[in-house]
Amino acid sequence: MSPQTTTSQTVGPFFKLGLEWLNCDNLAGAGVSGDRITIHGRVLDGDGAPVPDAVLEIWQANAHGKYAHSEDTQDKPLEAGFHGHGRIATNATGEFFLTTIKPGPVPGPRGQEQAPHLLISIFMRGLLKRLVTRMYFPNDPQNASDPILHCVDPARCATLIASSAADESGALEWNVILQGPDETVFFDLGL
Amino acid sequence: MKTLAGYRVPDPGTQPNLLHPPYASSLKRAPTQPLVPIPYTLSEITGPSFAPDLVSPSASDLTRQSKGEPLGERIVVSGRVLDEDDRPLSNTLVEIWQANAAGRYLHEIDQHDAPLDPNFTGAGQAITDAEGRYRFVTIRPGEYPWLNHHNAWRPAHIHFSVFGPAFCTRLVTQMFFPGDPLLPFDPIFNCTLDEKARNRLISLFDWETTVPLQALGYRFDIVLRGREATPMENK
Repeated sequence: MSPQTTTSQTVGPFFKLGLEWLNCDNLAGAGVSGDRITIHGRVLDGDGAPVPDAVLEIWQANAHGKYAHSEDTQDKPLEAGFHGHGRIATNATGEFFLTTIKPGPVPGPRGQEQAPHLLISIFMRGLLKRLVTRMYFPNDPQNASDPILHCVDPARCATLIASSAADESGALEWNVILQGPDETVFFDLGL
Repeated sequence: MKTLAGYRVPDPGTQPNLLHPPYASSLKRAPTQPLVPIPYTLSEITGPSFAPDLVSPSASDLTRQSKGEPLGERIVVSGRVLDEDDRPLSNTLVEIWQANAAGRYLHEIDQHDAPLDPNFTGAGQAITDAEGRYRFVTIRPGEYPWLNHHNAWRPAHIHFSVFGPAFCTRLVTQMFFPGDPLLPFDPIFNCTLDEKARNRLISLFDWETTVPLQALGYRFDIVLRGREATPMENK
C-alpha cells in the first residue's frame, strides 16, 4: 500500500523562530526586469481584528511569464536574479508589505492565458492547514478573461484584485479578510 | 508546452478541516465560505526550489549552535520526504522549530514560566539528499501549557515545514513522540478525523538511528502529495 500524504498541522504562534530566517519581502532585486510594485495589506479575523501572527508565502512568475521551475518548459527567458518566492510575516497591527515585479501572463487550462497574478499561501495560529488565494492586478485587461477568476462568484471576485492606494503612490493595497461579508476567496487545491 | 500532471487529492478525513471548534483559535480565523475549486495550472504545479548551499550542514544540529551545550535529552530526528508513490523527494527544504527541554520557546510572546536555555534556539534547517533523507540532532522538547481550555497542555512536538516540488505540495505539520500521555487530549493533534492519518504524526523510536552513548533516534517520514496519472488540460 502506498503511503498517504502527511496530515497538516497549524504553524502555531511561534513560527517566527523557524521561518523568519527565510523571510523575503523584496523579490525585485537589482537587474530583475519588470514593473516594480509595492503591495501593502492587512490580515483581519472574524471580528475585524488585525492578525499579528500570520505568515504569507508568495509564488509568482517573472516579468516574462516564466516560472523558475523545471516543469515550466515555455520558451521564455529565466532571470538569474529572480526566483519568484517570497515570505512575509504580518506585524503587530496585522500589516504586511511586499515589493516585487508584476509577473507576465502564464498559460492556463485549455490554452487560455491567465492574467498576471501572485499565488499566496497563508499560515497562522488557528489555521490547521494553509489557505491558498491569489492576488490579481487592478485594471489589467486580461482579468476579464482569466480562467481562474471565472471559477469565482462575480460578487466575490473583487477580493482577489488589489486596488490602487488612495495616495497615488502607485502602491497597491490588498487585504486578506478571513471571515464576514467581504471574506477573501480562498481556493480548494485539495489540501 | 508538454502536458503536465496535477496532484492527487488526499483521502477524506486524512487532512483537518479548517474549522475545528475544540481548537478555539480556529473559530475566528477559519473561513466561513466554502473554498472555491479551481483546476491545476502551471502556477500550482510549479513552486519554489532552493539551492542546496542555502543551508549549511551545521544548521541541522541544534545542539551545536551555541558555545555551550543545551540542557535536556539529546535526540536524533531523521526520516525521508517521499511522495505518495514512495518516490524520494530530494533537494527539498525542511525547516523545524520547537520548544526547549523545559517547554519554552525562544519567542517574545511565549510567556510560559519556564526557563530559556541560552544554548538552544530551537530552530534548524536541512535539505534532503538524493534519497529524500534528512537528519536533525536536537533536544527532546518539553510539554507546555496553553490557554485553549482549562488545564490545556500541548504534547511534546516539533514543528516541520516542507516545500516539496510544487506550490500545491507545500506542507506544515507537527511531529509527536510515541507514548506521550497528552496526545489523546490535544485538540490540534486530534483535528484529523482519520485515526491512522493522525497516528502517522507520531514519530517511531528507532534503534537504527540511535547513536550509542549519544542520542536516542526517532524516525519521522513525511509524505507529500503524489502526481495524478492523467495530465491536466494545460494546452
